[in-house]
Amino acid sequence: MPTKEDLAIAKQMPDAGGHFGQFGGRYVSETLMAALQQLEQTYEKLWRDPQFQAEFDHDLAHYVGRPSPLYHAERLSRELGGAQIYLKREDLNHTGAHKVNNTIGQALLAKFTGKPRVSAETGAGQHGVATATVAARLGLECTVYMGEEDIRRQALNVYRMKLLGAEVVSVTSGTRTLKDAMNEAMRDWVTNVDNTFYIIGTAAGPHPYPKLVRDFQSIIGREARQQCLAQTGKLPDALVACVGGGSNAIGLFHPFIEDADVRMIGVEAGGYGIETGQHAAPLSSHCRPGVLHGNRTCLMSDEGGQVIGTHSVSAGLDYPGVGPEHSYLQEIGRAEYTAVNDDEALHAFRHLTLTEGIMPALESSHAVAEAMKMAPTMGKDQIILVNLSGRGDKDIHTVAEIDGINF
Amino acid sequence: MSRITECFNNLKSQGRKALIPYVTAGDPEPKVTLPLMHALVESGADIIELGIPFSDPMADGPVIQLACERALLHGTRLVDVLDMVAEFRKTNQTTPVVLMGYLNPIEVMGYSAFADKAKAVGLDGILTVDLPPEEAGEFNQLMKASDIDVIYLLAPTTEEARIKQICAAGSGYVYYVSVKGVTGSASLNVAEVADKLEIIRRHTDMPVGVGFGIRDDASARAISEVADGVIVGSVLVNKIAELAGNQEQIPEAVAAITASMRQAMDK
Repeated sequence: MPTKEDLAIAKQMPDAGGHFGQFGGRYVSETLMAALQQLEQTYEKLWRDPQFQAEFDHDLAHYVGRPSPLYHAERLSRELGGAQIYLKREDLNHTGAHKVNNTIGQALLAKFTGKPRVSAETGAGQHGVATATVAARLGLECTVYMGEEDIRRQALNVYRMKLLGAEVVSVTSGTRTLKDAMNEAMRDWVTNVDNTFYIIGTAAGPHPYPKLVRDFQSIIGREARQQCLAQTGKLPDALVACVGGGSNAIGLFHPFIEDADVRMIGVEAGGYGIETGQHAAPLSSHCRPGVLHGNRTCLMSDEGGQVIGTHSVSAGLDYPGVGPEHSYLQEIGRAEYTAVNDDEALHAFRHLTLTEGIMPALESSHAVAEAMKMAPTMGKDQIILVNLSGRGDKDIHTVAEIDGINF
Repeated sequence: MSRITECFNNLKSQGRKALIPYVTAGDPEPKVTLPLMHALVESGADIIELGIPFSDPMADGPVIQLACERALLHGTRLVDVLDMVAEFRKTNQTTPVVLMGYLNPIEVMGYSAFADKAKAVGLDGILTVDLPPEEAGEFNQLMKASDIDVIYLLAPTTEEARIKQICAAGSGYVYYVSVKGVTGSASLNVAEVADKLEIIRRHTDMPVGVGFGIRDDASARAISEVADGVIVGSVLVNKIAELAGNQEQIPEAVAAITASMRQAMDK
């Protein structure tokens, strides 16, 4: 167990070079170094600037609709017969997921740096939609890279992005999913570095992205902490959030790092099962450290260092790496990581819909599934706070397909 | 003196510039690479850059991405690439070989294991695209201890203070990326390159190789007038892709391109 001092140090991470212990850093080709240094300077200045903060808070309140509610899922909790489950309702944000907290922040940075164009990678399409949304609002040109396989899985979000005026580029290289979309977005950035702000969607990538995405997403945990205290008079016993790159999880976890009694549980995509190798769970399958997309982190790669293809029913979790701060929190023993399989997530998707009338995104369904496993093992006076990171409308097509229904 | 430094010194005394072809190891199949390396040398190549295939070549355009995919399809791993260098060294002890690629295969092998093996097979230099000097402390030490030159990239976006810092960290030569973009993308502007090289030379006596955007005899010649080395990749890899179905023709056909560039540069 980390000591109080360890946790105080953890709370202050990353270091000046963007390192979270041995993880993080800035592993990119030279062409991008100047842009990253400039971004770091701009960010450090603006994040402490009251005017920037005021504008960010204003947008979160009046455009995103924050604070998002903390909802006591009473029927679900009663049925499970153990801990009380509270849902942080990020699904109620404008555009339907936590992703917009970050794109609002990064779009403000783009505005202050005067770049006329933004680019993004997307898996499930939620980050792409959130980027296209803020680009439309600020009148910025927007290009979104999306794997061909994900375009098929998430046709609705593709069309949403197009309606919002974004160009959606189908990525046909590699495994045609999120990692390849990120490769292509980095290639775009190298080519258009002068006029483009690259809006990374998760708390990964080269420094300062993991830090700034975490800071923008930490509104989730700050609100949840206050709301939980106000509603129950105490802190939750456990936080549960799904982890692909891990931006919703780090946003929830970070404000609780020094609350040593609050367990933090990140839920990765177990796909067909960790034992099958067909998953997207680098942390819970004990992957070795590796370097991809600008940072050192736990990475699914083979003996020769080639990145392995992943599988998850949820496009947003279908990624072989993970944000470096999660690798660090696992290493120091502050957060725990586990995996939930496709079928368990699908069951949770249906179950939450039926018991609470809330249809979670397949990504968030992984967190719900873990909470459903945990609750019966805990006391009725205990609290599990689940980050319901997105709504499930975008996944209806996928679930219907599994049910054999064709629209 | 390293084989790379010796090579540049010899060329300088002859008033010639280095021709540095890049090919991806194992493309389209591992057995093609060794004859191809020898053919490149016979055609007038001074240094060979051998690409380590990687699943996610983020700084490369479609041509080299596909080369990586072909090589990986036949299971070309970093250990195999090092073995190719060992084979090459059996009959060629003079031409420097530089491995170019991404960090993860080396990270997974372990820096120390890589350094030992690289020295044992007679490798001369290593260029890892995604390992800037800021992250390369331990890596640099281990490579230097094994007499492997660490070659760094400089870009059009690299500012002067950083040029100085990077040149101080590297050895052998520095690689100037002539365009903002991925490999095989836009065509280069020779005047702009010349301006940047002038700034680079204020901070280093190391030779400067220029790559990205050199696609024919004319651009090779133009760059040879301002740089110490001309690095050419995608145009060669394109030819390899064209002949993937007629692999026995690859060494000769690719060497014909470099031979022609050599002539243009030496005119």
